[in-house]
Amino acid sequence: MELVTIILAGILVASATYLILSKSVLRIIIGVSVLSHGVHLLILTMGQLKRGNIPVLEDSVSSYTDPLPQALILTAIVISFALTAYSLILLLQNYKELDTDNTEDMKGVPHGD
Amino acid sequence: MALIHLAIFLPVIAAILIAIVYRYVKDVHLGWFALIVPAAIAAYLFTLIPTVSNDGPLHYTLNLMPRIGMNFDVYIDGLGLLFAILISGIGTLVVLYSIGYLSKSERLGNFYVYLLIFMTAMLGVVLSDNVLMLYFFWELTSISSFLLIAFWYKKDKSIYGAQKSLLITFFGGFMMLGGFIVLYIITGTLSIREMIANVDLVIDSNLAPLAVVLVLLGAFTKSAQFPFYIWLPDAMEAPTPVSAYLHSATMVKAGLYLVARFTPVFAFSELWVWLILLVGLFTLLWASFNAVKQDDLKGVLAFSTVSQLGLIMSLLGAGGLAVNSGANESIFTVAVVAAVFHIINHATFKGALFMIAGILDHETGTRSIRKLGGLLTIMPITFTMTIITALSMAGLPPFNGFLSKELFLEAMFELSNANFSVLADWSVLFPILAIVGSIFTFVYSIKLIHGVFLGDRTHETPKEPHEAPALMLISPIILSALVVIFGLFPNILSQTIIDPAAMSILATDTQLNTEISHWHGFNNPALWATIAIVVVGLALYLFRHSWMFIYDYHKEQFTLNYLYDQGLIYSQLGSKKATDGVMTGFLRDYMVYIFGFFVVFGIITTFFTGLPIDFDNYSEIGIQDVVLVIIILISLFIIMMTRSRMVSIIMLGAIGYSMALFFAFFRAPDLALTQLAIETVTTTLFLVCFYHLPKKSKHEEAVGFKFTNFMISVGVGAIVILFGLAAYSNRLFESISKYHIENVYELAAGGNMVNVILVDFRGYDTLFETLVFGIAGIGIYALMKAKVKGKDDDNEEHA
Repeated sequence: MELVTIILAGILVASATYLILSKSVLRIIIGVSVLSHGVHLLILTMGQLKRGNIPVLEDSVSSYTDPLPQALILTAIVISFALTAYSLILLLQNYKELDTDNTEDMKGVPHGD
Repeated sequence: MALIHLAIFLPVIAAILIAIVYRYVKDVHLGWFALIVPAAIAAYLFTLIPTVSNDGPLHYTLNLMPRIGMNFDVYIDGLGLLFAILISGIGTLVVLYSIGYLSKSERLGNFYVYLLIFMTAMLGVVLSDNVLMLYFFWELTSISSFLLIAFWYKKDKSIYGAQKSLLITFFGGFMMLGGFIVLYIITGTLSIREMIANVDLVIDSNLAPLAVVLVLLGAFTKSAQFPFYIWLPDAMEAPTPVSAYLHSATMVKAGLYLVARFTPVFAFSELWVWLILLVGLFTLLWASFNAVKQDDLKGVLAFSTVSQLGLIMSLLGAGGLAVNSGANESIFTVAVVAAVFHIINHATFKGALFMIAGILDHETGTRSIRKLGGLLTIMPITFTMTIITALSMAGLPPFNGFLSKELFLEAMFELSNANFSVLADWSVLFPILAIVGSIFTFVYSIKLIHGVFLGDRTHETPKEPHEAPALMLISPIILSALVVIFGLFPNILSQTIIDPAAMSILATDTQLNTEISHWHGFNNPALWATIAIVVVGLALYLFRHSWMFIYDYHKEQFTLNYLYDQGLIYSQLGSKKATDGVMTGFLRDYMVYIFGFFVVFGIITTFFTGLPIDFDNYSEIGIQDVVLVIIILISLFIIMMTRSRMVSIIMLGAIGYSMALFFAFFRAPDLALTQLAIETVTTTLFLVCFYHLPKKSKHEEAVGFKFTNFMISVGVGAIVILFGLAAYSNRLFESISKYHIENVYELAAGGNMVNVILVDFRGYDTLFETLVFGIAGIGIYALMKAKVKGKDDDNEEHA
């Protein structure tokens, strides 16, 4: 399974790269979201998958899945959400001000036009 | 802390006082206050002469930064004392002269502050024993010289000349610092005396040639040797007292001082002596040849200075050569004595000549030789001084220039007889180069006298010429008198100053007992050479109109100035082009750089280290996993291909929910929960944005396929996969999670390990993650508020 998830993470990162290289800001933000999914998957995979029980203490169980990557991903999810939310609002305000979401049109546009 | 430390810093202290005095005292010329300083230092230094020449060098220490060895060690030997006396003595005369030269309407405060800073810097250069202090003072001379050249900063030419001299001398200074560091690496000391004592280490080291070249770059740039002389003619935009002081008598001799000072360290090196000898001789020839064509008085003197510096440089090289080849000692001594003697002589006559040029400029309003002429009867005193100093420069008896030039020719003839391993067949070139250079020196010296004072009186001068005021005449008169005195009685210098200086260049304790005499007998080839110089020189001058055309062949495109200017222009253009080419201003290009480097270095790492990947230790694949992978892949494909924003947002949501399912399958319930909630909110946000976006967008119209983007993406993905596999295959240590799992209840009293890690074991992460969240919230709020307010303002304006 880990082989599959690593390759999947790679595909996610590749797609994210392609999206980030495009001109539209919305596509760039979508790209960043996809990138964070790929990275989360990779972190989880590195802690090995499907070994042992869910990491909640029970008397009868002796083997658990690695809880540390899960904690790390939980933190990362929240941070990437904050980032996505902020960039979305930035995009929105940019639209209102500049009337474009094309990064190439944003070069040298005078403020207030 | 000794008196000498105080003496070195006295000018700077005085500069501060003078800056204050300048504000309150307007009636008295500021120069009178400044005059006290160099005069006091000169008087003090004169009292040291007997001590140094009889009892040997003096040495004082002042610890500044002992930890790194940067101490202000003052070392007064013959060489240092000679230079220090030149600096303070001529400094006194120059300040005196400047009182007459500069009117009170000039910014005198600035002038004297710069000049006094320069004086401290120069004294520091010649008296420091520590190379770091030497470098410090060395750059201080460059800076104060820069300020003085640009004294009339409203003239473009001043700014140009100042910038040029700063760039070139700073370049050399930096190189010299590098040379000092190399020397420090070799010898382990920063003190010049200890370097001389440890010369064996330098001889054995294979770094020595590097140090030689670097130190010489410093010396050549400062002393205006070929090809670095180009800054000096442009530095003539400075006020004439500055030219007389800095650019003839003192600063340009700092390079000579450096060469003389390091001769005991480097003289064993063939590279050192040949470089100095050949560059010096070529500079002598080249600059004297170019001096003849100059029309500006200061231009002639500038090139003349360059050529005379080349002469002294070649003498120092000849001195080093004798040590190097083990040839007879007398050449060595003659060459070194000639060098020291000519340093003194040149300082006297060139200082006087510059002051004369300043007088002519001041009293006639022009410095162009073509416009001047027939001033003999109008300015008799100036004429007398010019005769004395210019003939001394040309090397005629009975003036001091004659004596040092005889010694110079003698040394060159001796050199041609000696048998050297390198250039053995070419050694006859030395006297020939020297004689040709001297012929041109003779020609331009005569041109100075004839062109300005003899011939018909021209009436093109802007001012009606008349003799200069006494205040301006005193200093050149004293210097001319010295020219005559040193010429007639050279031996008052030999025992007191020249011998100790030559001994410190030789690093020896043996008394030299130099005797300088006018008459060496008919057998002396130098005598015949002098006669030849005079005859050929006179002939060349008389028939100057028939050969001056050869200067026309030296086209503008082939001059070093042109090279320098173009180099400066192209280096600016080049860096602008490079910046414009790389910094396009488009986000995409920068992302391409970043990803490109990631891919390139990923490939390089893979290629050089290899990534050991094994395919064991994987868990089984369930059917539900395959379904999820397929969903994600399809969603990704649709995001990439679709023209609709709405569809891509929904597909992004699909990926997010699939991720949540993955988390669930991979036994991470907390993650699955969070991912579900967050994905829902994110999708909502996207949709909110979507609602506000303009109806039509270019994004919706076309999503083109970009091949380069595609290749880069594939590269990035491949590198991530490779590195991921390699990392997974090479698990070096057990996970630390064991500790968390075992102690989750005992230490933290919790059962949910993920939550306990988040709030207990690694609570700080959570704290600052919360902070990130809060900041994002505040940022979003501020963003919306600020924009709305801006819109309102606009509306009010329009209404």
